[in-house]
Amino acid sequence: MIRMFLSGFACLGFIALSAMFLIWWERKISAIIQNRMGPMLTGFHGTLQPIADTIKLLLKEDIAPAGIDFLSWWLAPFFVTVPVVTAFVVIPFSSSWVPYDLNVGVLYICSITSICVLGIFMAGWGSNNKYSLLGGMRSAAQIISYEVPLLLSVLLVVMESGTLSMQGIVHAQEHGWFVFKPHLAIAFVIYLISSTAEVNRVPFDIPEAESELVAGYHTEYTGMKFAMFFVAEYTNMFIVSATAATLFLGGWQGPFLPGVAWFLMKSYFLVFFMMWMRWTLPRVRMDQMMSFAWKLLTPIALLNLLISGWFMLKV
Amino acid sequence: MGEELIVNMGPQHPSTHGVLYLELKLDGEVVLDCVPHLGYLHRSMEKIAENRTYTQFIPFTDRLDYLASMNNNLGYCLAVEKLLNVEVTPRAQYLRVIIAELNRVASHLVAIGTFAQDLGAYATPLFYAFSDREKIVELFDELCGSRLTYNYVRIGGLSGDIPPGTDKVIKDFIKYEYKQLVEYNELLTHNVIFLARSKNIGILSKELAQAYSVSGPILRASGVRWDLRKDEPYLVYDKFDFDVCVGTVGDSWDRFKVRLDEVTQSLRIIEQAIEAIPEGNPVSKVNRVFRGTGESYLRTENPRGELGFYLVAEGGFNPYRCKIRSPSFSNLSVLPALIKGLNISDAVCVLGSLDIVMGEIDR
Repeated sequence: MIRMFLSGFACLGFIALSAMFLIWWERKISAIIQNRMGPMLTGFHGTLQPIADTIKLLLKEDIAPAGIDFLSWWLAPFFVTVPVVTAFVVIPFSSSWVPYDLNVGVLYICSITSICVLGIFMAGWGSNNKYSLLGGMRSAAQIISYEVPLLLSVLLVVMESGTLSMQGIVHAQEHGWFVFKPHLAIAFVIYLISSTAEVNRVPFDIPEAESELVAGYHTEYTGMKFAMFFVAEYTNMFIVSATAATLFLGGWQGPFLPGVAWFLMKSYFLVFFMMWMRWTLPRVRMDQMMSFAWKLLTPIALLNLLISGWFMLKV
Repeated sequence: MGEELIVNMGPQHPSTHGVLYLELKLDGEVVLDCVPHLGYLHRSMEKIAENRTYTQFIPFTDRLDYLASMNNNLGYCLAVEKLLNVEVTPRAQYLRVIIAELNRVASHLVAIGTFAQDLGAYATPLFYAFSDREKIVELFDELCGSRLTYNYVRIGGLSGDIPPGTDKVIKDFIKYEYKQLVEYNELLTHNVIFLARSKNIGILSKELAQAYSVSGPILRASGVRWDLRKDEPYLVYDKFDFDVCVGTVGDSWDRFKVRLDEVTQSLRIIEQAIEAIPEGNPVSKVNRVFRGTGESYLRTENPRGELGFYLVAEGGFNPYRCKIRSPSFSNLSVLPALIKGLNISDAVCVLGSLDIVMGEIDR
């Protein structure tokens, strides 16, 4: 019981720190890409900037626009944040550091993170703002479409390792990471693309396309409610990267360094990759993105699943 | 057919380039109708011109197309000089060409950067373009002490000669910019996502462009070879060797590409002008206050198209009437015809590719 509480608190602390670090890191990466300095004034190279931002957001007035659907508007930030936080239950930081190793860990993480879309749609609907509504609708369409190739690529990992437990999958990669097997490498690429779409990042940041929809579904949110969307976005980025690191890159396994270090290095590298894309690529259009998901990614994932399944049965 | 949704895009919106207000009628995401509402930046420039002396109006022209102030100064001063038959020294003419082309480069860089921003390339191309533009702006700061509203071109010449060493600064900039253009091509021009977003989007046919009297890079992108610097040369443009860049289809990508190519051509003109620049005094010797009679119309090739000044003088110290033909106004008027039937993302893309400046639309 005490152990559960302790690991819960540790996770919450990690989430807060990780989100703050990622916000600072993203600003620094974008600055490097754009020949700028980024935050420099608060703390050493602006390291305290996220804390200053958090204090600012805490002190902001919480404005509720007129004509909102109060319940869904008020609940939406929680519907986005809570699933992301609870997803940490099954993330294996090292061989012994895992809050609770469910025997259906992969299934749990896939199902719990897809609740986020409900929150995003509630925010879009409840805000009584046309940009928010369009953003929410786009988001629902996008996340549900990309869930399909994402799950198909995850399914291949489950078939390969024969277990749904996150630790079990890590142990199955003791003799070589899954990413080095050709059919799983394809699955890895599909997973990366669809997870970028899942967390609404460029080139799939269509729900919050600034130049079109101002800020999309969170246009009307201020103060801490906005901060919750923000934290959820960055934590979600970490979750999908950590899942990718566990499923394809051998999780906490690696020579010399402790498991935690390897796990965090792999996860943050994938996060860095997403940020790198964000600051380099333009955004695709809604219909292009949908046809990409349904006409290209899903067939490839299905075919990949079929062929490798056939080989597995034969061998 | 779903429920129709009316979205008021602007006047405060990240991608309406200033204070444009578009009333969009949407079916889901598809634009059924679009009405641009103007006037949020109206300062009654034409009326102000009637109450100022000819020289006093030059700073107001800075505020028309505020991204190309030098070109506006130039257009107005040329119109007044035509009215009064003022001779300008050759050195002033060459310097005018150089600063006008430099400002064209600066203006096109902003257009390229903001267009990429509208397509969702978060700020990176914008920062690249602005840091290039910064070099030009700093150079203009050296020339006239101002970074945005220059008031450098005067009736009969310039407000002062260039400081010593400027030609080296300009030559260094040209070398640097050629390198940067390669980077823009790598980052944007042939990027798959960029192509998918802008190719065949908002096709403006030759006939439609001419019917709406669209001008500048947008007209050339539709395949019309029309550049006042070539077809109706003013200053000393006929002495330089440069190409008129034209597009083939007239889509958003062509408009972007024509601008990118025009930067190269402008750099070529500057290179030639800086080699051939004659000695002499470019500073204006015309009195600050003077009377005039008659009328004149003169059009110049601004970064955004044809900028025309029509001046009527009836003997007073002020012009009797000053009509400004601003290119962005005509260029914007074609927008509703272009975006009907497209979805919002494409509408933003088309608007970005038209590259309007509200300062000269509302005047």
